Amino acid sequence: MSVAEKVREAPAAVAAAPRRKRVTDEHGRSVRVWELALRYLLLIAVLALTVGPFVWQLSTSLKGPTEDIFSSPPKFLPSDPTLHNYERVADTIPVWDYAFNSLKVATTNVVTNCVGSALAGYALARLRYGGRKVTTLVFILAMLVPVEGIIIAQFTTMRELGLNNTLIGVVLPGCIGAMNVLLMRNAFLNLPYEIEEAAYVDGANVWQRFLRIALPSVKGTLAVVAIFAFMGAWDDFLWPLIVLSDPDKFTLTIGLNYLHGTFANDERLVAAGTIIAVAPLIALFACLQRYFFRGVGEGAVKG
Amino acid sequence: MASSSSTASSGTAARGASSGAVRVRRQLPTSPWLFAAPGLLVVGIFILYPFVSTLVNAFTDRRTLIPGEFVGLANFRELLHDEMFWIGLRNSTLYVLGVVPALVLLPLLLALLVQKNIPGIAFFRSAFYTPVVASIVVVGLIWVWLLDERGLVNSLLETIGVGRIGFLSDQWLLLLSAMAVTVWKGLGYYMIIYLAALANVPRELHEAASVDGAGAFRRFLTVTVPAVRSTMVLVGALSSVAAFKVFSEVYLMAGPDGGPAGEDTTLVMLVQRTGTGLTGRVGYASAISVVVFVVTVALMLLVLRADRKEDA
Repeated sequence: MSVAEKVREAPAAVAAAPRRKRVTDEHGRSVRVWELALRYLLLIAVLALTVGPFVWQLSTSLKGPTEDIFSSPPKFLPSDPTLHNYERVADTIPVWDYAFNSLKVATTNVVTNCVGSALAGYALARLRYGGRKVTTLVFILAMLVPVEGIIIAQFTTMRELGLNNTLIGVVLPGCIGAMNVLLMRNAFLNLPYEIEEAAYVDGANVWQRFLRIALPSVKGTLAVVAIFAFMGAWDDFLWPLIVLSDPDKFTLTIGLNYLHGTFANDERLVAAGTIIAVAPLIALFACLQRYFFRGVGEGAVKG
Repeated sequence: MASSSSTASSGTAARGASSGAVRVRRQLPTSPWLFAAPGLLVVGIFILYPFVSTLVNAFTDRRTLIPGEFVGLANFRELLHDEMFWIGLRNSTLYVLGVVPALVLLPLLLALLVQKNIPGIAFFRSAFYTPVVASIVVVGLIWVWLLDERGLVNSLLETIGVGRIGFLSDQWLLLLSAMAVTVWKGLGYYMIIYLAALANVPRELHEAASVDGAGAFRRFLTVTVPAVRSTMVLVGALSSVAAFKVFSEVYLMAGPDGGPAGEDTTLVMLVQRTGTGLTGRVGYASAISVVVFVVTVALMLLVLRADRKEDA
């Protein structure tokens, strides 16, 4: 059973107890009250540790120029919340241009990864041809290569292609991830052969079988690939740092590092910049987390 | 790209329909390659070719703008006498030793905490994943601000009377802080892996242990840990390889030069520093990269071996 399925079951289990609201565990046994209280206490403590820093950053970004952000004991709520710092970030660095650059890179990465790894994964899982084993091995080897170690050679390759200092250069090395190809391969392997067999008898060729039958059946894995591709591109730091030198082309992460270096003395600005960078991702993840937890759970259980 | 593949597809469509064989596995010899081509091209040009050229460059004195010549083992001999290399190797190794035990154990405890389906648990699971979603740059900047001499952590420490601590100015505290941030960011990721593994632990085992009178801690040691042991090995392997290659956390918290006197430089930071820019020593940086490969492969083998020994 996947994580998400269990989540959906929880309210039903609670509703099933007619007389008193009873909280049950995953096996349907009731949970003692003190144990439940301890659990929530621990959950809230971990929540404070994991989400607290983001909330503190948000609070800092909303504090006005006259408010003391270094006070001891610390003040958690801004006395006079203002969006002034967000305007000032945009005056200091072209933060919206950087965000747009990141968006372009991340969107392209999603499209290329979904299309490229679905195609290659389908070939590896469903097509028989000489060289299939070699192709699989190539992707496995590529997955094992540590990117951090080849980054200089990637850079010189990019120079030879004349693509360094371009957004295309930022996208290309990761535009079809070997790991995504193998994820898609596993997803296609888990589909029953009979459906495709029937389509073949009906005269569907390989592209029609791929597009109409196989692809719609692996939407969950495709969603995981898309989320990972977006997050990976939006969050990447080392590669854009190496490949981009022109401030006009900076992505948000590189721009933020630049902001930090130049205006380290005003934490309100840096805080506003980081919130701009993290807010879209948290929103995206909040919307898609259902697919995400289900997809990851399935992959791990079956893989 | 798009137009060429669509013509190819209509071509195969016409011919594929005319052939009458009733076997799903047979098709035109070219179409599997068309499916795999984009992936093979990207991986070949941007992963495998750079990997091979890194291995080759390590034996040359190539620079960014100068092709360079074969110099044999000169780069590796130079490494032995390079103080920065030893500092980098030390820090990357310390990073593995500091981060891996925490990342094997803490996410497991966290997974146990969020495993039970109590009201609101889905919210907690997602919330604990937030640090994984956030960019490492955002995470780095947030923690630089939190651990600043005047930041939140120090305000709290002063309020409770401990006094302020220079987390980011002392060489060792800085490295420890970076490790703590790595652990903090990784918790949610490994928690998900453990959650999937815990879902497969048969409940009968827990019940049997309960009947035998084992308490929660006892059950954790005798039932949970053995049941998720292979997942623990996997997490150990993944986190140790990632920890050895650490770059962003230290780069962001210690600065591009690696903290006071460069004492917090890690190996990948050294690769980035020596190999880039117009005067970058590509050959020498490649030699350091080769050391990174060798150590990460060795780490994987070590973890896998330890796994097999315990099985026997």
